[in-house]
Amino acid sequence: MTTNTTAQRAPQSTSNFELLHPENNLGMNDRIKRLRKESYEAKPSLSIERALIETEFYKENYGKYPIPVLRAMNFYELCKRKTIYIGKDELIVGERGPKPKCVPTFPELTCHSVEDLHVLNTRKLQSYTISQEDIDTYEREVIPYWKGRTQRERIFSHVPHEWRVAYENGVFTEFMEQRAAGHTALDAKVYEYGLLDLKEKINKKLESLDFINDPLATDKQDELRGMSISCDAAILFAERHADLAEKMAAEEADPKRKEELMKIAEVCRWVPAHAPRTFWEAVQMYWFVHLGTITELNGWDAMNPGHFDQHLAPFYEREVAAGTLTRDEAKELLCCFWIKVNNHTAPPKVGISAKESGTYNDFTNLNIGGVKADGSNGVSEVSYMMLEIIEELHLLQPGSAIHISSVTPERFLHAGCRVIRQGHGYPSVFNPDVYIQELMRQGKSLKDAREGGCSGCIEVGAFGKEAYVLTGYLNTVKILELTLHNGFDTRSGLQIGLKTGDARDFKSYDELYEAYKKQLHYFVDMKTKVSNYIDRCFAKYFPATFLSLFIDDCIEKGRDYYDAGPRYNTNYIQCTGLGSITNSLSVLKKHVFEDHTFTMDQVLQAIDKNFEGEEKMRQFIINHTPFFGNDDDYADQIAIQVYDDLYEAIDGIPNTRGECFHMNMLSTTCHVYFGKVTGAMPDGRLAGRALSDGTSPAQGSDTHGPSAVIKSMGKLDQVKSGGTLLNMRFLPSLLKRDEDVRKLASLIRSYFAMGGHHVQFNIVDTATLYAAQKTPEDYRDLLVRVAGYSDYFNDMDDDLQSDIIARTENESI
Amino acid sequence: MEKALLFDIKRYSINDGPGIRITLFMKGCPLHCVWCHNPEGISPKVQRLYTKKKCIGCQSCVENCPQHALTLTPDGIVCDKDRCIVCGKCAEVCPTLAIEMSGKEYTYDQLMAEIEKETEVMDTSQGGVTFCGGEPLMHPEFLLEMLRRCGRLDIHRTVDTTLYAVPKIVEEVAKETDLFLVDLKLMDRTKHHAYTGVYNDRILSNIRLIAELGKSFWIRIPLIHKLNATVENLSRTADFLASLPWKEKKVDLLPYHDIGRMKHDKLGTVYNPDNKPLDPPTEEEKELALRIFADRDITAGFGG
Repeated sequence: MTTNTTAQRAPQSTSNFELLHPENNLGMNDRIKRLRKESYEAKPSLSIERALIETEFYKENYGKYPIPVLRAMNFYELCKRKTIYIGKDELIVGERGPKPKCVPTFPELTCHSVEDLHVLNTRKLQSYTISQEDIDTYEREVIPYWKGRTQRERIFSHVPHEWRVAYENGVFTEFMEQRAAGHTALDAKVYEYGLLDLKEKINKKLESLDFINDPLATDKQDELRGMSISCDAAILFAERHADLAEKMAAEEADPKRKEELMKIAEVCRWVPAHAPRTFWEAVQMYWFVHLGTITELNGWDAMNPGHFDQHLAPFYEREVAAGTLTRDEAKELLCCFWIKVNNHTAPPKVGISAKESGTYNDFTNLNIGGVKADGSNGVSEVSYMMLEIIEELHLLQPGSAIHISSVTPERFLHAGCRVIRQGHGYPSVFNPDVYIQELMRQGKSLKDAREGGCSGCIEVGAFGKEAYVLTGYLNTVKILELTLHNGFDTRSGLQIGLKTGDARDFKSYDELYEAYKKQLHYFVDMKTKVSNYIDRCFAKYFPATFLSLFIDDCIEKGRDYYDAGPRYNTNYIQCTGLGSITNSLSVLKKHVFEDHTFTMDQVLQAIDKNFEGEEKMRQFIINHTPFFGNDDDYADQIAIQVYDDLYEAIDGIPNTRGECFHMNMLSTTCHVYFGKVTGAMPDGRLAGRALSDGTSPAQGSDTHGPSAVIKSMGKLDQVKSGGTLLNMRFLPSLLKRDEDVRKLASLIRSYFAMGGHHVQFNIVDTATLYAAQKTPEDYRDLLVRVAGYSDYFNDMDDDLQSDIIARTENESI
Repeated sequence: MEKALLFDIKRYSINDGPGIRITLFMKGCPLHCVWCHNPEGISPKVQRLYTKKKCIGCQSCVENCPQHALTLTPDGIVCDKDRCIVCGKCAEVCPTLAIEMSGKEYTYDQLMAEIEKETEVMDTSQGGVTFCGGEPLMHPEFLLEMLRRCGRLDIHRTVDTTLYAVPKIVEEVAKETDLFLVDLKLMDRTKHHAYTGVYNDRILSNIRLIAELGKSFWIRIPLIHKLNATVENLSRTADFLASLPWKEKKVDLLPYHDIGRMKHDKLGTVYNPDNKPLDPPTEEEKELALRIFADRDITAGFGG
């Protein structure tokens, strides 16, 4: 196979992919080619339909019903009134908005201002078009009602002053201020019960409520009624698709399409009311559930089917054996699903310019392979089919990951590595043998842990049984910066942290480190208090009565997804900058406290003037300090200490749902934002530059090749986390031959044997990226792995692009 | 001898034998091929490398040189070789690594510790350790002890060599080696001398020797336009190899590149001083090479 770099793609073609891999077009029949092209070329736009329906509903009904019933009725209203879309050629149907990539707003959570809408319409990065007429309607009908009533305002009216100052100056972020908690994935029960079955279960539960002895019985009754209404809503939504399909069939001239439309109608009449019987129904079942959850509320990550291949395999195998389905037909339906997910751009945020939020895809991260609930190998023919689709469709969404356990066949890993070699940034690679331990350490049963996996980027959860709420990123490097300045933030001129002493007076490295730990605990406690408040705001005001249907044990408990209904309830804090903080501490330990190369005062003066006039010192530091990622125990021991202390600070802090906070090592793109608000640091990083991402070594500081990187990473006790993230970049030249691909597979196996949670690969060369910066129009389809997902290089801002380029090239000559 | 001088240790090495390997570059080589891409491996002594591009002209090295051998000039740092004692102080203080010392001493234990860092990766990939150079056979005592130690740990041992050594050493090393990677540059003995500084008789007879000993080996040929990428040289090479009792029959062809030029600049020496014509092989020559080996039932491919 030839090396694939994006530079070879012909820019003038509309679908470059097809020219490059003509041999791979087997699965891309004409229908899929057309649908893919439509999805790829569709421009995101904003739809005000949802906001109008909801505002009208709230004006009329708010205060008349208990909140869970109100929310469910609101969902019903949306399902009843929203525009139904069935595209030409489609087999799997349903859109959140009125057409592909047309995104609704969620004013109950956060309401866009007129200015926001104008910015979204005109900004350079990922714009969302909206007409002036719609903006006017929004200003007249939507904005006035929600002013002062949104969840965001509710949150910000409460937060303490010190929290706000720390938040505004980049010590941490808060996930839940604009979107609802998502971060969950579903399990196999989606395909085992229809909504009518669930209604029966709900009714039984309602009948058994004990209003004498159970003080929560009334609350449970409200919640269960809400759930029941949500079932009706989704069934109605499907029926409306069936009606439209029948109407279109009646008007359709082409007999083949007519037949397909009749089939669509039949499928939509059956699911989600009943449990699916066929492969087609199973895919459509999931898609209706997915749409329901992302229409009800705007959850982070959208939604995720979890171990989709494992769920679909029984349908596939049964039908293929019975002769009612061919492999090609199954693959075509899966392709239709892929395109559906790709049609769903994430709703944009409010109040911030495009710059901080260039990435606007959701994180539907398919788990492919892995282990089954009994611990056996989960790979099936459907898994291989999915790998083919990733390679052939080359779409931004859904994200995908291969899950490689010790029981996973080598053939599957190699098949995955061959797709990785194509350089789309997908699939990433996860290690079930470690994340099952992570989940069990948090208290999940063995079976629930095995049915769990990784959703979003890299976070672990018990699929179908857990609400695991990501609460925001923590800027460890900023905390060290504050420690070095006695809690004072030189950038804002504010005292943000504790006064832990003048760093010049520290007698030892340990004294410095203890001061850092004090600051760390201070900020973690500050953040968790507000997170717990926000959790209650969601439990009280925004129960997710539809999502709760699919998460054990919400129905049994009669409690909502946001209100401890799930069997497991976790809050995560995502810690950012491990590589960067380790390097800075290593510099201080070695050069200030041990070798006395520099005094603390010299270092502080240098960072305070952003190393201006101190290039010699900066270069010396960069080139003569043990840095993380080189299998050097000096630096790696510091990383272990930082990591373990983050765990100590976070793990076990109680949340409001009867469980606790855990540590997570994800950065997504936040290391870029955090870098912007953090000054120059002792490791030689200049002010404003990106921090290290995830758990990866800092950009350019790993100089001993990939095996040294995984060794350093392997020294962290990753089971303590709720996920770590390792980004590695490979030049295409390292993966030319099939034997190189096998070696990549060995590298993955080695890392996983050392206890690694996750690794992902960018297969690109720097020349390609520079070229892409110069002539972006020629590289529109250049997908780059960013964090736990891929994004189009052109959609990234200059800083993120530079960050991608700056990462170490693992080139060996 | 209990120590050896290495000029590099490369981990995740994927072109030096089966699996993922750790490659140890031992300093010193009896050949001096004009195209050598690791010319810092030729001298058996520590050498000073200077990369002008990295130099920021801070003069730390000038100030710290105990011999006062360094001067900053418009062409960068210039070293008075008569004064320099190669103590390495300049490299220690150079902030940008513009000055580096090529050649670091390792004891057996130190080197084993480096090798064992790669254990997990070697195990899963069925890789191992590759001794290369320079010419590892120039340090037979050290090499043999290292090979024995690796053998005791069940680590796969590859020796990347020119086989330019006395047969007795080759035989001894062969006992402790799982795979040889043997460079075979030219069949014509006069040309071989002209381009590498030595005649090839000993190399050819040693190749025959390891073949007859039943050792596993792969042949590597740097392919150079019009020099050895010719019908005449390739046929003679292939005929010679076909005449051996050789089970692997695997030849890696390495198209010529002039990366050695950069290294010579750093050493302060001149690449290809006589301006011998050196160019990468043409596509026709590459195809020719593949065909000639295929005709003799030898599997040739482009790697490296």
